Amino acid sequence: MELLNKSLRELHRLIKKKEVKPSEVLRELLNRIDETEDKLNAYITVSREKAEKKAKLADEELVKLSEDEVPELFGIPLSIKDNINVENVRMTCGSKILKDFVSPYDATVIKRLRGKGAIFVGKNNLDEFAMGSSTETSFFGPTRNPWDLERVPGGSSGGSAASVSARSAIASLGSDTGGSIRQPASFCGVVGLKPTYGRVSRYGLTAFASSLDQIGPITKSVEDAAYLLNVIAGQDSKDATSAKVPVPNFLEALNGEVKGLKAGLPREYFVEGVEPEVKEAVLNAVKELEKLGVEVVEVSLPNTKYAVETYYIIAPAEASSNLGRFDGVRYTYRAKDYKDLIDMYKKTRAEGFGDEVKRRIMIGTYTLSAGYYDAYYLKAQKVRTLIYQGFQSVFKEVDFLITPVSPETAFKIGEKSSDPIKMYLSDIFTIAVNLAGLPAISVPCGFDSKGLPIGLQVIGKAFDEETVLKVADAVEKSLSLSLIPSV
Amino acid sequence: MKLSREEVLHIAHLARIELKEEEVEKFRSQLSEILTFVEKLNELDTEGIDPKFSVIPPENVLREDIPGLSLPREKVFMNAPETDGEYFIVPKVVKK
Repeated sequence: MELLNKSLRELHRLIKKKEVKPSEVLRELLNRIDETEDKLNAYITVSREKAEKKAKLADEELVKLSEDEVPELFGIPLSIKDNINVENVRMTCGSKILKDFVSPYDATVIKRLRGKGAIFVGKNNLDEFAMGSSTETSFFGPTRNPWDLERVPGGSSGGSAASVSARSAIASLGSDTGGSIRQPASFCGVVGLKPTYGRVSRYGLTAFASSLDQIGPITKSVEDAAYLLNVIAGQDSKDATSAKVPVPNFLEALNGEVKGLKAGLPREYFVEGVEPEVKEAVLNAVKELEKLGVEVVEVSLPNTKYAVETYYIIAPAEASSNLGRFDGVRYTYRAKDYKDLIDMYKKTRAEGFGDEVKRRIMIGTYTLSAGYYDAYYLKAQKVRTLIYQGFQSVFKEVDFLITPVSPETAFKIGEKSSDPIKMYLSDIFTIAVNLAGLPAISVPCGFDSKGLPIGLQVIGKAFDEETVLKVADAVEKSLSLSLIPSV
Repeated sequence: MKLSREEVLHIAHLARIELKEEEVEKFRSQLSEILTFVEKLNELDTEGIDPKFSVIPPENVLREDIPGLSLPREKVFMNAPETDGEYFIVPKVVKK
């Protein structure tokens, strides 16, 4: 397992120096996947033969390349959340309705990673259409947390986080609409970065809530997250919401220079309802930052207490529209017996979607319907303005914010699955960030008494991933936790 | 907001999702709970506040008008449940 613990930068060095062949890295990874999948169920699809073929080609090409010519992900196998298109590979979105769908093209992020020589080893499990906080709503069964197999890995990018944690993935891409990268990263003791809305192209990501969705890395370290962000960030003509903002070298931000930065602790994020051990671990990491010269002040974000309610109007509304495309005409699944077109739509969607997806489509349909639009949808978009303005005003005072990622550590499988609202509240500290479009990271900051990892969230100003990464890197280095589960 | 059985059936019809008889009550109670939950927003005065549909400033995104390739037909149809290679085939909509 030695190679699988290495950073992307180190793997790249070994490959370009020709000390390690791409096929050797892949073999170790496939062995580890074989060893852990029965327990974890972190993958929906493993592209074994395709990846082996690519790795063999990479071995042959490597011989012809000089050290400087080897691109930074050459021969490195990555795993991808199964709602991002990888050409000619099955993409299910964790749903029965797409169980046989094969991607006709590469998402822009995949094209960019491929352009740097990456190999794609498989597609990670997720909550159905990324709707959930536990990876339990997947049609392909729940993923288990490598720290305790009776517990959830978080969600919706649970397969990505669990596999990176268990070293059955070297690094992965997830997507985050309300916390779906950060919360599973926190539950599994890995790093998860949600970039600023517009930083990374969404072309080829199956749309859930288009004004909130972002793709981002889930990795073993902050450095690896910066390494991948360098490749996937930047404007794309295929996504009109991707921003024309220069992309810096994010690795250069990891220089430890946090002295003089000002951190805000929003008091609403440290209230009752947060497990004492979570609060303690986060505040302990804040002390470490203070030792490094960070100035810490308390701030207030009063309207964040409405974030979950706002989100559960806006996200289902957008989802009800986006998921209208799954109608039995274009995307593989169609019901067998029906009497006419409308009946075909209804039966296809009834058979193809799971309960949580149905709930959200119906909530969205209701809040957008005539007579209810103003009371629900428009109201939520106004509250979103207040939440956005709240962040704008604290960012006049401070450079970044620190909060827990989740009020609790990983919960048991089945514990919340019958109570939708209880599940929704699991994302109480991550959701406001999506509504405001800001960048935020989850970095491990300790363990609770059950031995489960705790995540700290750093929230930055729009397009200031550099500060977010710099601070998270400083937290990671000052705590130097041992983060390999014994699965 | 407590939904009635008829309202749930109407929403499901608009959403093009067939509900089994035993599902109607389950969704009626869950959707009612979720709507009651989100109604907490009514506590907040939003008089005079503009809605924020997106954090991206509303701007036209234009590009040069250069012809390029789009997805080839076989790729477009590769996931179709029913196709003749040129069209998606659906149950007949117009009556004779």
